[in-house]
Formats: sequence, C-alpha cells, structure tokens
Amino acid sequence: MAKIKGRLEIDKERCKGCAVCLTACPFSILELGREVNSKGYNYPRVVDLERCTGCASCATVCPDSCITVYRTKQL
Amino acid sequence: MAEELVYKKPRLLTDKDFHFCPGCSHGTIHKVIAEVIDQMGMENSSIGITPVGCSVLAYNYIDIDWVQAAHGRACAVATGIKRLNPSKLVFTYQGDGDLAAIGTGETIHAANRGDNIVVIYVNNAVYGMTGGQMAPTTLLGMKTVTTPNGRDAKLHGYPFKVGEMISQLEGVCYFTRQSVHTAAGVRRARKALRRAFELSMEGRGLSFVEFVGTCSSGWKMSAVEANKWLDENMLPFYPLSAE
Ligand SMILES: Cc1ncc(C[n+]2csc(CCOP(=O)(O)OP(=O)(O)O)c2C)c(N)n1
Ligand code: SF4
Ligand code: SF4
Ligand code: SF4
Repeated sequence: MAKIKGRLEIDKERCKGCAVCLTACPFSILELGREVNSKGYNYPRVVDLERCTGCASCATVCPDSCITVYRTKQL
Repeated sequence: MAEELVYKKPRLLTDKDFHFCPGCSHGTIHKVIAEVIDQMGMENSSIGITPVGCSVLAYNYIDIDWVQAAHGRACAVATGIKRLNPSKLVFTYQGDGDLAAIGTGETIHAANRGDNIVVIYVNNAVYGMTGGQMAPTTLLGMKTVTTPNGRDAKLHGYPFKVGEMISQLEGVCYFTRQSVHTAAGVRRARKALRRAFELSMEGRGLSFVEFVGTCSSGWKMSAVEANKWLDENMLPFYPLSAE
C-alpha cells in the first residue's frame, strides 16, 4: 500500500511562537522547542516526523506563513 | 519517489515580517487574500483600500496596488476608484472599529448603492490598535478596557450584527461570514473570498465578506486560548456561513 510521508521546513526567524500550528495538527506531532529565535520566540519542531502526512493543516493556519510542506508518496 | 510541494508562503506576500501580535487573525486573512488574488491571476489588476486599525499597513505585505483611506472612509474611496476603473478588482479591508463605528454611514450607503466592490470586514469585537476598547461588536458580558465589568446592554447597547443588516440591502449580492482559526475554516474562506471577487468582477453589486477574528492582545489571552474563545463565544453570536 502506498504510504504518504510529509516533511516540513519552518522559517524559524519569521515565527512568533503563537502555537496555533500545534493545535491544528491532527496527530499532535508539533511542539515548541526550547531554543528561541532572534526575536525571543520559541519556534516549533516536529517530534515524530514518521507520522507526518503532509496534510498542511499546520501551514494553512499559521498566521505568519512560516511553514513549507512537502509530501512524498512511498510505494 | 519525487517529493511534491504541498504548501508554501503565498507568492504575493512580501518578505516583510507582519507587525501583528503572535497568532493574530489579520496575518491569516492577509494570506488568504494573497492566495486568492494569485489564483485568479489578478495581481496586476487589484486595488485594495486599507483602513485605520491594526491592518493599516496591509500595503506593506500584499504585493498589489493599495490606497490608504481615512478612518472609516474605505468604502467611499473604493466607490470612487471602482467607478473610474471598472475593470479592476477593488476591495476594502476594514476592522470592526473602522467599519461598524466611525465608518457605518459610508459602508451602508456603498452597500445600498450596490457599488461593485468587495468589503472584507474583520470582526474581532474590539479596537485592537488602540488597546482593546469596546467596539459596537463587543459581545454582551465581554470585558474590555472600557467595559471592565463586561458589556452591559442597558449602558452600552447591543452588539451590532452589521453583516446581517447589510445583507438585507438591494445592492448587496453576497454576504458570507468566515473564520480562519482552523485549517478547514481557511479552506472555506478561500472559496468564499474567490466567489465574492468573481461576483464583483461580474458587476453584480457589493459583496460583504466578514471574518470573525481574534485579537489575543485586546482579549488578554494567548493565541491558542483566543481561538478557543472565538469558537465558544464569538461563533454562537456571529455564526459562520456554509459558503
Ligand atoms: C479619526 C480617528 N479617530 C480615532 C482614531 C483612533 N483609532 C485608531 S485605530 C481605531 C480602531 C481600530 O479598531 P478596528 O477597526 O476594530 O481594527 P483592529 O485594530 O481591531 O484591527 C481607532 C478608534 C483615529 N486613528 N482616527
Ligand atoms: S503558527 Fe506559525 S508563527 Fe505560530 S508557532 Fe507555528 S510556525 Fe510559529
Ligand atoms: S503537515 Fe499535517 S501531519 Fe504534518 S505536522 Fe503539519 S499538520 Fe501535522
Ligand atoms: S492588537 Fe489585536 S488586532 Fe492588533 S495585531 Fe494585535 S492581536 Fe491583531
């Protein structure tokens, strides 16, 4: 069966740490990391990339358009 | 297998960082506008009118032509621009303080005249820019800096459903109420905004696209709490449209 795998690139400098993307992920695989960007905001990271389907819910709700989403279909 | 791009920052958004507070709905609504104008191939034939309020600087962020209007006057400015440039897509972007308080008259008359403009109305139930004061749209019982004990109908009147009122006018071809606090909401909002833009270009009259938004700073809560508060308190009073 084909498996769809997602991958995110997060523009951490644009991020304001609002955490809206965390609540949008259907699998709750995003969390805010401990590091901060130059504005002092904690930015998100994917804790379980294996489960990311590339659905782009996180990127769609991000008010600051920080997230780029890619998807690969693995046969 | 080849990797495909699913989502990236819309092409028509500039590289300038938004000045908005973390999680502010204005950012997401800007993004939806940039996406829909790009989808429609209208980047060189769109003119937006910015208001006074937190979204006054939209011209820095969405790479189309803009005019900045005095407080509340966006619909009057849009009327003039559209009448002189009927082939352009002309829209306003206004908060509830701008549109539903100081600009009520201009808005109602543009709607009643049926001018072929799109009004994008962002209702976050407070004056965000000036520090979270009560707006005509503030919910009953809602605490703001000018209603510290909550809005009281006897003292402050009732929250103003400007969208429902405008939708009764002959000149209005489309009224929709959307939100961008969920991914499904953003997807519906894109479709609704596109429909409004298309109706406007067909010369069908004024389209009124309301977004129920958050103002985490004015509401004095985190962005995630504000989205939840919107769901539980704003949407029962300002219900979303199916499309
Ligand atoms: C003529 C005039 N009156 C009052 C003000 C002060 N003022 C600036 S923004 C604003 C209201 C902003 O609220 P809203 O339209 O809801 O936009 P938001 O900032 O919440 O997006 C007011 C009253 C002004 N700039 N000009
Ligand atoms: S939604 Fe965007 S700005 Fe907010 S934490 Fe996620 S990546 Fe950062
Ligand atoms: S693309 Fe979808 S599954 Fe992957 S992190 Fe974002 S919301 Fe979660
Ligand atoms: S004050 Fe409110 S409306 Fe203005 S940028 Fe901040 S959250 Fe957005």
